[in-house]
Amino acid sequence: MASWDSALKRWITVYLPLMLFVFVLLFPFYWMAITTFKPNAELYNYKQYNPFWVKSPTLANVKKLLFDTDYPQWLFTTMMVAVVATAISLICSVLAAYAIQRLRFKGSAYVGLAIYLAYLVPPSILFIPLATMIFKFGLFDSPMALILTYPTFLIPFCTWLLIGYFKSIPYELEECAMIDGATRLQILRRITMPLAVPGLISAGIFAFTLSWNEFIYALAFIQSAEKKTVPVAVLTQLVEGDVYHWGSLMAGALFGSIPVALLYSFFVEYYVSSLTGAVKE
Amino acid sequence: MAVAADIWTEGEEKQNWLVRLFDWKPFLVAICLAPALGLLLVFLTYPLGLGVWLAFTDTRIGRSGVFIGLENFESLLQDQVFLMSVGNTILYTVVATIGKFALGLWLALLLNHHLPFKALLRAIILVPWITPTVLSAIAFWWIYDPQFSIISYVLVDVLGWKSTYIDFLGTPWHARWSLIAANIWRGIPFVAICLLAGLQTISPSLYEAAMLDGASAWQRFRHVTMPMLMPILAVVLTFSVLFTFTDFQLVYAITRGGPVNSTHLMATLAFQRGIPGGQLGEGAAIAVAMIPFLVFATLFSYFALARRKWQQGESND
Repeated sequence: MASWDSALKRWITVYLPLMLFVFVLLFPFYWMAITTFKPNAELYNYKQYNPFWVKSPTLANVKKLLFDTDYPQWLFTTMMVAVVATAISLICSVLAAYAIQRLRFKGSAYVGLAIYLAYLVPPSILFIPLATMIFKFGLFDSPMALILTYPTFLIPFCTWLLIGYFKSIPYELEECAMIDGATRLQILRRITMPLAVPGLISAGIFAFTLSWNEFIYALAFIQSAEKKTVPVAVLTQLVEGDVYHWGSLMAGALFGSIPVALLYSFFVEYYVSSLTGAVKE
Repeated sequence: MAVAADIWTEGEEKQNWLVRLFDWKPFLVAICLAPALGLLLVFLTYPLGLGVWLAFTDTRIGRSGVFIGLENFESLLQDQVFLMSVGNTILYTVVATIGKFALGLWLALLLNHHLPFKALLRAIILVPWITPTVLSAIAFWWIYDPQFSIISYVLVDVLGWKSTYIDFLGTPWHARWSLIAANIWRGIPFVAICLLAGLQTISPSLYEAAMLDGASAWQRFRHVTMPMLMPILAVVLTFSVLFTFTDFQLVYAITRGGPVNSTHLMATLAFQRGIPGGQLGEGAAIAVAMIPFLVFATLFSYFALARRKWQQGESND
């Protein structure tokens, strides 16, 4: 009897709330997915159809999204901007983190602190002056504007993450190589970098996710419909006047989330461990 | 080892002066830091300064402005919409942060139990946090639809708790609470996973000792879990406050500041005045007005918690 009681107690205090959390956290995605495949007749008729299910699924919304809008182009732009900005940021961050953590120069702690503080400067303060600069440089309405500005929040984050990662690589390995006559560059390329690969992967995923998610710069610096990134385009291009095509809007949101979700699901362990590691630093 | 040494030195002879230059530490430090610091100086430090300067000018799009002193700030202080946006931002930050941390801590405590499929659960729970904010916000926009809201449907037609559909985004207060709810939804996973990491570093022997001393579940939470969690809580709280305070995406995606400017946060108002409105100077002034709040919130959440942790540590010894 006592064990039955404690099992019941465990259900009520642990499993039930947990199920509720999972339900609430995932429901918007379920709703997004189900709306994507609903025909209009079901979308606006809760009396005759159960809104929680699709009776006759259709690909009309997806078809409209892929063929009647610039969606593939937006996906491509977003992907390109994210990949290039991530690559630039990773190169800069690895070098900076290596210098700060491994070369131990005078004032390296201050440079590290400055980079940490740079992460705390939010884009919503910077976008107006950046917009005037972008305009002066003649980069307005060009993906270059995004590729150059995204590293401002990617570099601080990646550097911070990689400093923590370099810290965990034993210093002795580098000393051994140095005794063997290796130059510092050789050490960086052949010893430190290969060991830092897991750190690089997690920094890369974070950077890619953050660029994919970025919104305010892309909204402020890009004007032409076909050059927009997915988050901006879905919000500004798919809404025609007062008519909301919820089916294709939800399809746009769903397909825009999938690349990030896929990348995340492949590397989820790196992601979680470096996320928590970075906070614990 | 001898073989390895041969390989190392072979390359060295080929490009001797270059290699020696790269082995000279100040040069190496400079070259490693140059790309990162260069980019940050040009696209972060300089615009930060430029933004403060713009706040004191009457710059518009297409026309560089002149210095007008505090005029932007004076006119903002008379501006009802601006004052409301400040109030909204504070309300939004305070309520959403409390919600996120209360629910996030609860979820972290639940996940800290011995559970089946633990890794999978953690992975699933982070999904709202990794999907692009605007895209999940669009889902909320649809969930909050005045006529076809699924929440209204459940409350009215399934449960019969209410008689009419709720106009979530049509009236100022409904819209504000709806935005806060969406923000909490998005913030829970991050808080929960970070606090879970903190919880897992607490040694079980502390709980055993507390149990032997006869501490109740609440006392164990209050005197073991909370003090041990404080350092990580301080960091996560600082981050959370900072990003909630300067949030732009959720509000822009769901209400765009409406109905009738009543849900503007400072960031969305700065955007509206600065970019489509063309008043760069005024927009910059609104953005700059966020800085004192940010510095205060950061210092407060950081030092208040760091101090408490220190006090707790003292009393526990």
